[in-house]
Amino acid sequence: MARTDPKKDVVIVGLGWTGAIMGIELAQEGLDILALERGPDRATVPDFKYPNVIDELEYGIRFGFMQKPKNSTITVRRTDDEVAQPMRRLGSFLPGDGVGGAGIHWNGQTWRPMENEYRLRSYVEEEFGADAIPEDMTIQDWGVTAEELEPYFDRFEYMAGISGQAGNINGEIIEGGNPFEAPRSRDYPLPPLQQTVDAKMFAEAARAMGYHPFPRPAANASEAWTNEYGMQLGPCNFCGFCERYGCLNYSKSSPQTCILDALKRYPNFSYRVNSEVLRVDMAADGQTATGVTYWDEEAQEEVTQPADLVILAAYQLHNVHLMLLSGIGEPYDPQTGEGVTGKNYSYQMTGGTTLFFKDVEFNPFAGAGSVGMSIDDFAINQIDFGAEGFIGGSYITAGNTNGQPIRGIALPEGTPEWGAGWKQGIGEWYGHSMSIGSHGSCLAYRDCHLDLDPTYTDRHGRPLMRMTFDWKPNDIRMTQFMKGKIEEIAQSMTPDSWQSSFKDEGARYDIRPYQTTHNVGGSIMGTDPNASAVNRYLQAWGQHNVFVLGAGAFPQNIQYNPTGAVGALAYWAARAIREDYLPNPGPLV
Amino acid sequence: MTPEFLKTSRRAFLGGSAAAAALSALSDAALAQQQELPPLEEYESVFLTPGEWAFVMAATARIIPSDGDGPGAQETRVPVFIDHQLAGDFGAASDLYMEEPFAPEADANLGPQSPLAPAGIYREGIAAFDEWCRAEQGAAFSELETDAQDAALQALADDEVGLRPELREFWTLLLQNTKEGYFADPRHGGNAGMQAWVYIGFPGARANFHEWAGRDEAYPLGPVDIAGERA
Repeated sequence: MARTDPKKDVVIVGLGWTGAIMGIELAQEGLDILALERGPDRATVPDFKYPNVIDELEYGIRFGFMQKPKNSTITVRRTDDEVAQPMRRLGSFLPGDGVGGAGIHWNGQTWRPMENEYRLRSYVEEEFGADAIPEDMTIQDWGVTAEELEPYFDRFEYMAGISGQAGNINGEIIEGGNPFEAPRSRDYPLPPLQQTVDAKMFAEAARAMGYHPFPRPAANASEAWTNEYGMQLGPCNFCGFCERYGCLNYSKSSPQTCILDALKRYPNFSYRVNSEVLRVDMAADGQTATGVTYWDEEAQEEVTQPADLVILAAYQLHNVHLMLLSGIGEPYDPQTGEGVTGKNYSYQMTGGTTLFFKDVEFNPFAGAGSVGMSIDDFAINQIDFGAEGFIGGSYITAGNTNGQPIRGIALPEGTPEWGAGWKQGIGEWYGHSMSIGSHGSCLAYRDCHLDLDPTYTDRHGRPLMRMTFDWKPNDIRMTQFMKGKIEEIAQSMTPDSWQSSFKDEGARYDIRPYQTTHNVGGSIMGTDPNASAVNRYLQAWGQHNVFVLGAGAFPQNIQYNPTGAVGALAYWAARAIREDYLPNPGPLV
Repeated sequence: MTPEFLKTSRRAFLGGSAAAAALSALSDAALAQQQELPPLEEYESVFLTPGEWAFVMAATARIIPSDGDGPGAQETRVPVFIDHQLAGDFGAASDLYMEEPFAPEADANLGPQSPLAPAGIYREGIAAFDEWCRAEQGAAFSELETDAQDAALQALADDEVGLRPELREFWTLLLQNTKEGYFADPRHGGNAGMQAWVYIGFPGARANFHEWAGRDEAYPLGPVDIAGERA
């Protein structure tokens, strides 16, 4: 069975953060828009309402709001001589599913990249010489600057009601903020969250060592906020069920709390759920897309949906998958270095030190997704790559997001994993530990890429996408450097005991434990059609009516959580479409 | 006048150690809920056979024993939780990608690759492990002395009982599911009376701690669960 529906002006693939932003921005132009979401509909009520959502097993452990591998997954290998195996269950990262996407279950850490991260290759070459870049490292410039993107970060942060403290307003350094950040045009819309005990202890220790602690920018509202679309947030109540959960309190910025109810009021916007896009359909000459074909779960049939403009706004992995399946951009070949789609897949390098304090009551259950204090004294723009022998940087941070017991209770080294010793350990140590983490860059390498798997297929018969990724010595040296800095801070805090977990030399990527849902690259932006999949406006080089949003655009990963940049790029692309593309459809570069 | 919802917790607060006091001051509702539940010996399992039930009872009782501070797996009804999980979507791998071909011997870092769903891993894992116990110790696991049980579980944890690759995850699942049953909301069948939450000081589904962020002092209230019961 198959049907063809009437043509739309715009079809948007995926209704998470980027789909919702592009939806409302283009709805304001009066365009006839259809968004297609492969998962179910979701709203604060009934899906996130108290008390049902406070169920650690259902959502924190069984991943109730996440993509089901049965419906959509990838295969993974570390090197090209390994046989990739399917990711049969979730672990390392947790792509979202349903309306709101990963925008409902994130922690809300909302950063801006450093200025030099947008032009990393140029920066390294200028400051340290081209020889500082290893032969297999394929870092690139973004083709856009911090200065150009500033208004779009500002837009996203005010739309999302971010709580934080500016450190640099138009070049003036502001006490209490991040003095190393790129200049911003004004302060955050909301003041910082009140801080947890661990964050205050970390900040005090860091300050005593001469560092510059500042509040982590949070998409958890510290006060009531009404945004440009008339959507309202209420102050976060530190429920301790943020990451992996939808917000019960209308406090975490999400498509639901910040955009969707306003968007749904536009008569020219509509959306369909349980509608998985199978491919982007191409004109005979391959120069434009004609729309998309999707699977209508309710009708159990394929639907051809013609459209003048196709916006890929799914998760990074799914955008790249659709490009590979549809022939958008030449597939990347790691042997020759030619081709662009699937190039420069990258991830995030993290590590941490756990500190135990018998006499401190951390009350870990009183947490918020992005409460905490950070330092950027070892950020990517503060490190002498020549002297240290690596390219990259991290922010270092402490802040208590949750105290959910199944997800793990930190226990001192030597505590058994089961039996009487374990039971005694959880009784003694629950609520008496904190951690200091590093969240760092992960660069791009010739062999780390995405392509189509030769063996495994999905429920629609399409090849799964295959990820080739492993940790690299440069990034391990970076995280070992951070380990040294964090352990100095930890020791200065005189805990009863402490222990570290950072990747060591020779560490191999392990897909089982959760790390971060910060998968980037594969649809990278840039200035050269032979080296990037989309241009600096996120427009496909070969098909001018296809735009590809999301963190796939990052040519290598930044040292920060990606959502701030993902949101800013969505507004940046939306402006280009509204002001430049719609009056004169064609390549913007 | 003290509102009804604060009465239990106020006693707990005045008792000094919130956790210890709350344990001895289970609310009437929580006690009533516990009393309604049939004893574990009379529980009729949904998925596990009698032999498998005996194994799960015995193994979880060693993973989280009853002696010492805090409740054990038996008092919190962890075996009931595991039986429910194996009978449902979790046991059937309903959310997982289970398409061929399978390479169960693949590098562990690439994630579990068994063709068996968790229910099958338990079923075949218990049989294989009991077989090993009989060969090494002369009896099925549930019939061994506790010291021998501990030694057998340690061998299982250390991957020294010769399980075939398809069953490689058996111990990981058993350990993880036991802790899940201990700490999950009681609506899933374990953590009876919220005893595990009381023990560690986790307040459960209260979900509102605005005035407690940043305070280095013991939280005075005992837990509530999703059903609204207090402990």
